[in-house]
Amino acid sequence: MGKRLAAIGLIAPLLVFLALFFVWPLAIMMSNAVSSPGAVRALPATAEVLGDWDRTSPPTAEMQTALVDDLRAIDDDQTVGDITRQLNSAKSGFRTLMAKTVSAVREDTGALDLVALDKRWGQVPFWQAIAAATASPYTDRNLLAAIDMARSPTGEIVSLPATASANLAILQRTFVIAAGTTLACILIGFPYAMVAASATGWKRQAMLAAVLLPLWTSLLVRTAAWFILLQDSGLINRLLQALGLIDAPLALLFNRTGVIIAMTHVLLPFMVLPIFSVLIAIPANLLPAAASLGANPLRAFWRVLLPLSLRGVVSGSLLVFMAAIGYYITPALIGGPTDQMISSVIAFYATGAANWGMAGALGIVLLVATIALYVVYDRLSSSGTERP
Amino acid sequence: MTQPYIRFDKVTKAYGDFTVVEDLDLDIGKGEFVSLLGPSGSGKTTLLMMLAGFEPPTRGAVIVDEKRIDQLPPHRRNMGIVFQSYALFPHMTVAANVAFPLEMRGVSKANRKQLVDRALDMVQLGAMADRKPSQLSGGQQQRVALARALVFEPAVVLMDEPLGALDKQLREQMQLDIRDLHKRLDLTIIFVTHDQSEALTMSDRIAVFNKGQIEQIGTPNEIYDHPTSRFVADFIGETNLLDGTIETSNANGLTLSLPGGKRILVAAGSGNPAGKAVTISLRPEKIRLGHEAASTNSMPVTILDSVYHGDHLRMVLDAEGTRLIAKADRRFGDLKPGSTAVASFDPVDCWLVRS
Repeated sequence: MGKRLAAIGLIAPLLVFLALFFVWPLAIMMSNAVSSPGAVRALPATAEVLGDWDRTSPPTAEMQTALVDDLRAIDDDQTVGDITRQLNSAKSGFRTLMAKTVSAVREDTGALDLVALDKRWGQVPFWQAIAAATASPYTDRNLLAAIDMARSPTGEIVSLPATASANLAILQRTFVIAAGTTLACILIGFPYAMVAASATGWKRQAMLAAVLLPLWTSLLVRTAAWFILLQDSGLINRLLQALGLIDAPLALLFNRTGVIIAMTHVLLPFMVLPIFSVLIAIPANLLPAAASLGANPLRAFWRVLLPLSLRGVVSGSLLVFMAAIGYYITPALIGGPTDQMISSVIAFYATGAANWGMAGALGIVLLVATIALYVVYDRLSSSGTERP
Repeated sequence: MTQPYIRFDKVTKAYGDFTVVEDLDLDIGKGEFVSLLGPSGSGKTTLLMMLAGFEPPTRGAVIVDEKRIDQLPPHRRNMGIVFQSYALFPHMTVAANVAFPLEMRGVSKANRKQLVDRALDMVQLGAMADRKPSQLSGGQQQRVALARALVFEPAVVLMDEPLGALDKQLREQMQLDIRDLHKRLDLTIIFVTHDQSEALTMSDRIAVFNKGQIEQIGTPNEIYDHPTSRFVADFIGETNLLDGTIETSNANGLTLSLPGGKRILVAAGSGNPAGKAVTISLRPEKIRLGHEAASTNSMPVTILDSVYHGDHLRMVLDAEGTRLIAKADRRFGDLKPGSTAVASFDPVDCWLVRS
């Protein structure tokens, strides 16, 4: 028992740290994505009455009375602002409507004819918005919007037009860039890992350090270096022109090519190291044995080395892909307007529009994708070590 | 005279300043079972690797069937190789492993299956065809490696200490199996080992290696009974090496005086003048123990140690300053350390070794 307590005591600081700075913010983000408690709490009576409404027939006097009573009971403007924002994002026009109604409600006590005040109160869509907002403290609006969907006024799930929401397109672009980076890492990383595995002593250490170095370099230093190398008058273009291989400079910056080059540069160790560790575990006499049995070097590679190193390639690819889909600063700095990945959209909602609901929802989509990939990675790497 | 099937002609292998094999000549006939025997680092494995094509000789030629092959890459040499650590492909089944060399040679699928089945039956592993190597025991893996090396009927089979990782009983069984296959299939086998009893039981000829040179090559009989150097006498089995000076030399043999004054008679040829310092090799099993002299050469001895080996006793004797090892019959078990006896041996069992 004492040992157990001691063990818990040793990992307690880490657990506390993770709980405070990882689990709790994650939980808040996820609850932000699905919650909209404002209207439910602020308009209890309205919520109750609207619960029985069928959302298509004209608004009743009971509904109006409930709303007036609820609005009158609110005494701080913050809450009014919150509800207005929430309702306005569902149906525009609420900003002016709510301002008008709230001031009228505060002017005198007693019954108030809302329709007389503003004829929008006689229109079903506005009441539908309130009904949707007060239906439950949870909403799926953000989650649906994250994948370019929304609920119609009658409650069905419909797709949003491309001009209104482009999240799926951006998610697709994110996967395409990550896939491109993964492919580049395989094409460069696999031969590199093979050479490193057959090198010995200091040469091997030097090769591994060389591929890890970008990871340890500051992000801004790396990015600045890429600017210097990739720009039109940069070192790469000047070298290619001096060698006579090209006439006009290649566009390597602020486009897809530049993003993939820069991301490959920093994600290469995640591909090289898993492949390397699988290669050095392959018995050294397998390739000579294949040769002695009549396999020329190409056939020996194809039939013996490649199948045995595939596990490393798959592990490396998953690691690179999982890291790449979350990349933010590198594509933001080096890419063009059509290269922004999903992380930029999340950043826009979080720091730009203060729409924590959408930021959280998109974050959840990204988290689910990453967790799914991690499960695959875990299955593959543990099935490898189970062999006797 | 017909050319030997395999010929090493003044082969040298050096890594920078370090020479592993020096100016080596070796001829091997078709269908022979030749063991390359020697301690670690003596060059025997390097020679095998040069024959296989994994190491190019620094100087010299390797000739097989009258064609020079030292520049030929390993995948074109058509030799079956059995490695010490089996080198089975872990991602293929046993059958796929054995079929691999046939696949590389373009044998059709139907023929492959037939040949693989036959090869696996030959090593009694027909039932394991669909298993993976990791599911087999060490002995079974070694037999798969053997089947794989033989399935394409190579002219030459190379074995690099293949039985080193097996336990004693399995090893002895495999030795008999390999010898049996050698006779049945008329293979030319070159077998590298550091285990001299293995070489003695299996080979037609043994080449004893020491520091990159072949010290002696001959039949097991010749190597054991008539070693031509101290090293060979000492490396093969146990022996007593006695240094002495020739006193007289005539038609009957030599009289040798040993340090301590003792004289013994050695049956050896002429050409050994008196006064010359020589070494003789006396095998422990040729020393007979008793309480009185039983042969021309005999001397009183004190028992220093007696170890039970099941079928014999290994005794360490002190003969007036000379230490002797003897293999005695079990009935001498009551001769405890400290007691005395008489050791006798025949002149013909004293073999004159080149000093």
